[in-house]
Amino acid sequence: MGWLALALSLLSVWPAQAQTPQDPRKSGFAYMGRDTQAMQQDDLANPAMLTVLEGEALWTTPTGKAGKSCASCHGEARESMKGVAARYPSLDEASGKPIDLSGRIAQCRETRMEAAPLVREGRDMLALSAFVGLQSRGMPVAPPQDERLRPFREEGARLYTARMGQLNFTCAQCHDANAGQKLGAAPIPQAHPNAYPIYRLEWQSTGSLQRRLRNCMVGTRAEPFSYGSAEFIALELFLMERAKGMTIETPGVRP
Amino acid sequence: MKTSQSAILTRRAALAAGAGLGAFALMPTARATPETMAAAVKTFTGGKPIADGRVKLEISLLVENGNSVPLSVTVDSPMTRQDHVKRIGIFNEKNPLPEVLTFHLTPRSGRAQVASRMRLNDTQFITAIAEMSDGSFWSGKAEVIVTMPACVEE
Amino acid sequence: MTRALINIPQKAKRGEVIEIKTMLSHPMETGFRPSSDGRLVPRDIIEKFVCTYNGEVVFSADLYPAVSANPFLSFNMVAEQSGTIVFAWTDNHGKTQVQTAAIQVE
Repeated sequence: MGWLALALSLLSVWPAQAQTPQDPRKSGFAYMGRDTQAMQQDDLANPAMLTVLEGEALWTTPTGKAGKSCASCHGEARESMKGVAARYPSLDEASGKPIDLSGRIAQCRETRMEAAPLVREGRDMLALSAFVGLQSRGMPVAPPQDERLRPFREEGARLYTARMGQLNFTCAQCHDANAGQKLGAAPIPQAHPNAYPIYRLEWQSTGSLQRRLRNCMVGTRAEPFSYGSAEFIALELFLMERAKGMTIETPGVRP
Repeated sequence: MKTSQSAILTRRAALAAGAGLGAFALMPTARATPETMAAAVKTFTGGKPIADGRVKLEISLLVENGNSVPLSVTVDSPMTRQDHVKRIGIFNEKNPLPEVLTFHLTPRSGRAQVASRMRLNDTQFITAIAEMSDGSFWSGKAEVIVTMPACVEE
Repeated sequence: MTRALINIPQKAKRGEVIEIKTMLSHPMETGFRPSSDGRLVPRDIIEKFVCTYNGEVVFSADLYPAVSANPFLSFNMVAEQSGTIVFAWTDNHGKTQVQTAAIQVE
């Protein structure tokens, strides 16, 4: 309960706008070695940009029975998708529940394009979400302040501070209480969601925030939530609120 | 008493390894050794002598993840038709195979400077060997310490 | 389809040494890695990279499984005349992926 209270009280004091120099929050970027930082900073050296390239091609490729591409409705992504990834997960009016960016892309493809559903964590889904995510690069994380999202965000905060797995850890024990310390030789970052999808050197591929969360859960010997589960979307809502105002780096590189 | 004590320690050690240090890279079926590396180098040079110098291998001493380690090689050469670098071979002593990469340069390369990214199975020495157009071989090497990421793939 | 990032200046002065960076989307599957069923995942790597400039090979490389996924190569070239630069990556099954770039030399 103490953890939950702390997490929720922190929510209210974090700034709505961009980070100030006094802000104790740090992107995972700050904890990386110089080589890995350089890889992210150069678009022609960042392997996640290959995923973005694929997404850019998919954006204008018509598919499905409706014969439409993303661009048929949304036009130039540079304009229409600017800032979009910064405010997901958001409220899905139809269901009254939060929906993450991958969920929205899948929904759009199924209902508007009448195309086969895209698999979460599949190549095409990652490509489209990385391409859409790139359009928010440099912008502050801006979670929607919709009251209807509050119970889901609180559930995310609860999960963040809930003990899990055989090691009986909470997310907060590592990423709040021990952030900046080392686990083995690796620094423990603050677990901000501001660079996803990322190219993780460990994966040797591009992956989503949920893949990263699953890795963490496996690390604590917990049974990971499934992709697209309500738990992950709640956690993502909480993490985005916790990172409010931090700069989006998508597509990031992480060790 | 003694048995149960050591059993507890073992279990703790296993948990610590799992939580902190991650799963260790699965042992490959084959593995390069300083000896197999020497053999690969001999194939590269045709057994000719290798002199130290002229080759600068740049690679971080400490890397966060062995899956993608940036490296660059610069060879001291005018890169003219008469005097240029023909090949640069990169070798290691602990990956499954001793060979990493061979760059083939020409006078039209203009500058003997190349870069790539490599996988490193473990902390080890990496060697770069350059073959010059006059048939001489030169080498440079660098030590790399590979740390494992804390949380590995499921 | 070839998915590659190529960094090359569009314009260069005659005789100028230009730096070229290339990165191809490819898993570089080593052939040493067991999958979840315990069997080795078959090797699937780029073995050869060749860069030709107006038909002449200016740089090439032999790649082994130790080269990282999404192979990145950077090298230099003397800009001599305007023309086409062709980048070709060939895998261990003999399949070649090609990308071209134009350069204007003044």
